[in-house]
Amino acid sequence: MTIPEIIGLACIAAGIPFFLSGTIGMLRFPDIFTRLHALTKADNVGLGFLIIGLCLQTDDWFIVIKLVLIWVLVLTASSASCHLVARRALQKGIRPWTRE
Amino acid sequence: MTTILYSVTGLLLFVFGLFALIVCPHPLRKILGGNVMSAGIFLFLVAASYRADTGEIDAVPQAMVLTGIVVSVCITAVALVLSTRLQQAADQGARRRRKRRREEDAGE
Amino acid sequence: MDQGMKMLLTGFDLLLALTLLWLAWQLLRSTDIFKAIIFFICFGLLMSLAWVRMHAPDVALAEAAIGTGLTGPLFLAALRRIERKAGKNMMSEPAGNGEETGSRWKARNREMSPLLWTVTALTCCLAGLLIWTVLIIPRPLPGLADQVAGSLAESGVNNPVTAVLLNFRGYDTLLEVMVLLLGAITVWSITHAPFPPRVPDTSPVQKAAVRLLLPLICLIGGYLVWQGAYQTGGAFQGGAVLSAALVLLLISDFLWLPGMRSLPLRLGLTLGPLVFVLLAGFGILVEKTLLRLPVEYAGPLLLFLEAACGLSIGLTLAAFFAGGRPASDLRETPYSGEAKGKGPAES
Repeated sequence: MTIPEIIGLACIAAGIPFFLSGTIGMLRFPDIFTRLHALTKADNVGLGFLIIGLCLQTDDWFIVIKLVLIWVLVLTASSASCHLVARRALQKGIRPWTRE
Repeated sequence: MTTILYSVTGLLLFVFGLFALIVCPHPLRKILGGNVMSAGIFLFLVAASYRADTGEIDAVPQAMVLTGIVVSVCITAVALVLSTRLQQAADQGARRRRKRRREEDAGE
Repeated sequence: MDQGMKMLLTGFDLLLALTLLWLAWQLLRSTDIFKAIIFFICFGLLMSLAWVRMHAPDVALAEAAIGTGLTGPLFLAALRRIERKAGKNMMSEPAGNGEETGSRWKARNREMSPLLWTVTALTCCLAGLLIWTVLIIPRPLPGLADQVAGSLAESGVNNPVTAVLLNFRGYDTLLEVMVLLLGAITVWSITHAPFPPRVPDTSPVQKAAVRLLLPLICLIGGYLVWQGAYQTGGAFQGGAVLSAALVLLLISDFLWLPGMRSLPLRLGLTLGPLVFVLLAGFGILVEKTLLRLPVEYAGPLLLFLEAACGLSIGLTLAAFFAGGRPASDLRETPYSGEAKGKGPAES
């Protein structure tokens, strides 16, 4: 187990709490806007840590480029779809949850 | 062990899909059941050829499953267009019946 | 270490199998159709994971792209059209209110009638019979992996799945491409494309994201088609990615199918099957056997075939999503009087 592999495993382990919190947030948060907020954390930071960890475990530059491209594409798609879901919810008249 | 697990899962998925196809009245849910059925069959087919010890792949079942996935999406698309058309025809019929009933009530 | 890894993998397999079964159960028993479709999309993604565990990356790619990535939007579009014709709005009731949408199929609290008990009992018997059949199969099963590996050098490609798909079992793939064409013809003969005349408010974020992603999607689709010769990939996966680009164009108001001219579309749809049939004829003329390719030219011929099929598959899958023929065909049918009555403004 060389040093880059250990750091890679640590990065992957660091990404897991983000996915966990995203899932718990999606299940437990009160309305759609807060749930979107929780989900995008899993997509951006969680996947980022995972990709960094995977990049450190390989020694082929082409695979590193492909992994970073995957992360950038997921970022674009998830932020666009998050915006669209929130926009549609506002058009439907769903108001953000306030603490009553 | 892995082979048996995935084969049994595939067969249970097939049975779930068959049950939904028979029992559910909504046509979209029937088509969903048909898709789950094909997914189960594909899982069984590939799991039956999985070699846990050597890890080498058997290409023929995988090519068959690839063909099957594409054919099942064709079937789904045609079935969905048919059910949309069915709904449209049913709504037209209901509208015409309502119009006729209204004309009869007005004529009395 | 090895034993621990094996136990971990078995635990993962068990979790994956149980999640697949639970998702299938939920998608068939949830009362809201929209929820069922979302469950189906998640089910498809987890199936891709199962394929990866079975060492089948080509099938995983195809399942993620075609089985989930295209079938999910097909269902959602069909739900929207059924809902709109029934006069209801998909999200008008708050989630979990439980009424099955669609005007003719109301959800009832289904009592277990004797017929339902019979069907349930018979299905359980069938499940038991099938599981018993699986358990008594003698293992390991003989496969064709050795024959494929032996003939791989003469097939013109390095990927065994592509070799089997396009060369050794090329006849099956020829029929499959014909089935795709037949599906497109059927969908075109049922109805015209029911998209609304103008999607009123496409978000600028959506348009910007589509503009950004579109060249990249086309590039990745072409790369997948080319990569199929020596790695995971192939015509079907690349074609599905291409169809994703066309579907994005359709829903973002860049391309409006009813306004399209149908002749280029027809040419694109038939290009793949045509090239395949020509190749079959070429096989008969040169090698006296249907679909047998000469060994020296097998590689370039297969690449040409994959490119043509990829394009056709992309157009066909996008035509499935559009759900009908373009409006410029309305003039030519003998039913054009009836078709004009339900023009785009009414759908």
